[in-house]
Amino acid sequence: MSVKIQPTGDHALTVTFGDAIDESINKQVLSFFHFLQQQNIEGVKDFIPAYSSLTVVYDIVTIRQHHGITAFEYMHNQIENGLKNSNVEAEESTRLLHIPVCYDVSLGIDLQEIALQKNITIEEIIELHSASTYRVYMIGFLPGFAYMGRVDKKITVPRKSVPRKNVDAGSVGIADFQTGIYPLNSPGGWNIIGQTPVLLFNKNYKEPCILQPGDKVKFEPIGLEEFEDLKS
Amino acid sequence: MSIRIIKQGVLDTIQDTGRYGYQHLGINPCGAMDTFAATVANILTGNEKNEAVIELHFPASSFLFEQKCMIALSGADFCPVLNNKPIPLNTTVTVGENSVLAFRQFRHGERCYLAVHGGFSIEQWLNSFSTHLKAAAGGYDGRQLKKGDVLYLQEPLFNFTLYHTDFFVLPVSIDVFAFYDHSPKIRCIKGNEYDWLEDESKKIFTSCSFHITVQSDRMGYCLEGKTLSTTINKQLISSAVTKGSIQLLPSGQLIILMADHQTTGGYPKIAHAISADIPKLAQMRPNRIVQFKFITLLEAEDLLLLQHQYLQESNEKINLQLNQFFSYANY
Repeated sequence: MSVKIQPTGDHALTVTFGDAIDESINKQVLSFFHFLQQQNIEGVKDFIPAYSSLTVVYDIVTIRQHHGITAFEYMHNQIENGLKNSNVEAEESTRLLHIPVCYDVSLGIDLQEIALQKNITIEEIIELHSASTYRVYMIGFLPGFAYMGRVDKKITVPRKSVPRKNVDAGSVGIADFQTGIYPLNSPGGWNIIGQTPVLLFNKNYKEPCILQPGDKVKFEPIGLEEFEDLKS
Repeated sequence: MSIRIIKQGVLDTIQDTGRYGYQHLGINPCGAMDTFAATVANILTGNEKNEAVIELHFPASSFLFEQKCMIALSGADFCPVLNNKPIPLNTTVTVGENSVLAFRQFRHGERCYLAVHGGFSIEQWLNSFSTHLKAAAGGYDGRQLKKGDVLYLQEPLFNFTLYHTDFFVLPVSIDVFAFYDHSPKIRCIKGNEYDWLEDESKKIFTSCSFHITVQSDRMGYCLEGKTLSTTINKQLISSAVTKGSIQLLPSGQLIILMADHQTTGGYPKIAHAISADIPKLAQMRPNRIVQFKFITLLEAEDLLLLQHQYLQESNEKINLQLNQFFSYANY
């Protein structure tokens, strides 16, 4: 599919690179995101990369005051030029983060149910989940909530039909082929398989969110004792 | 010197025009629901347009002014009283030391904004004063204001010496009537998945009324009306949403995303309320009805520009009036 540029309301437009959750499409999204970040385009308020699209939020008033065309036309032209000049093969983030996770059943409160559903042992779930290196496709839902993929087919489970009223910060979950970590206490419908003692979001840090789109993540199993030690 | 909260309101927070530049990290903009009213209040107090204000819901907080200052209220009418005497909205008021500002009863609107000359002496989080309730960051300790909280003020530029009276209503005001008509019309532009709707549902969307339900809050307005259905039944890939995005939920009902919306979503986007109508929408209470009307993207931009120009002209006029007024210090 060719690249599509469409308005998302009167103050944003979305560039869509494909209609699938796919690593090569997401690479295009993120390399274009990084390219545009360097361009200092007038009136840009936010870039929001997602699985297969990049949304640009802009300030209508600023653009209209300085250009004789509509804000959408202006931004559309900027994006088209950008697409011509950017190199979609641009280098990717090479960061690989190791995140410790305690898969004890007291924290991984859905492990037993997944084991039943998928006819697999809890040990195998842990082994499979911590064996892969995941890609951060996008961040959304909550500050610092990274959508990572892909989870091994043997342990994919759909979202819970009734979400929990509260999931503890640090909880590691699975939803379909995605895995993620709740950065804050929040309602949530993902299947919880463990918890990390690492704070994924800290408002006091200059960079409040640890994970960035494009990062690679590997989970390192730790015991309950080590979890308690690291947490305190 | 400062302002003290002497009675807690239901949900009163520090806000500004929003926190931008961090949505790629899932940090949503928040900010005033009605940025137009927040800006009007700031202009009337001689502030920068994006200075921090207090967004009040009814029942609202009561405030003790522990120092003299200059204030303005804009947005919803909760019958504001200073020392038990009514004061007008959209008007500059100087307030003497130990005065009490309270809100008597709900009259109309949903959110009232209190601006104080010079702004509050609080720290920004990620370049914004807005309270991010979920992240417990920004604003006053990342939370709603409580009884006993003390807000320190910045140094004033003018001398507000008051003689003979405990407060004074200045002949300085902004007429906002034209921007809050009482019709249920909310103008919007089409969303990417509008064409997923069945023909009958398209008709319903533009010809029927939708109720704003009591579940509505700063995150979004949940609407109730005739069920809408789509001809396409595909799982959408999550992508960014914005303030004003109108999504179709699996139940066939609609939700309009407001200031505290998430950054991304996976429901079909049927339409987007235009930026210029968000202030009006932000002042609509649960149980009010909305009707949608499509306009073009160019019209939507022009309407916002008109609003901006009005604020710009008001700003220039008010600055002149305030300077004139305070150059005759003995009033």
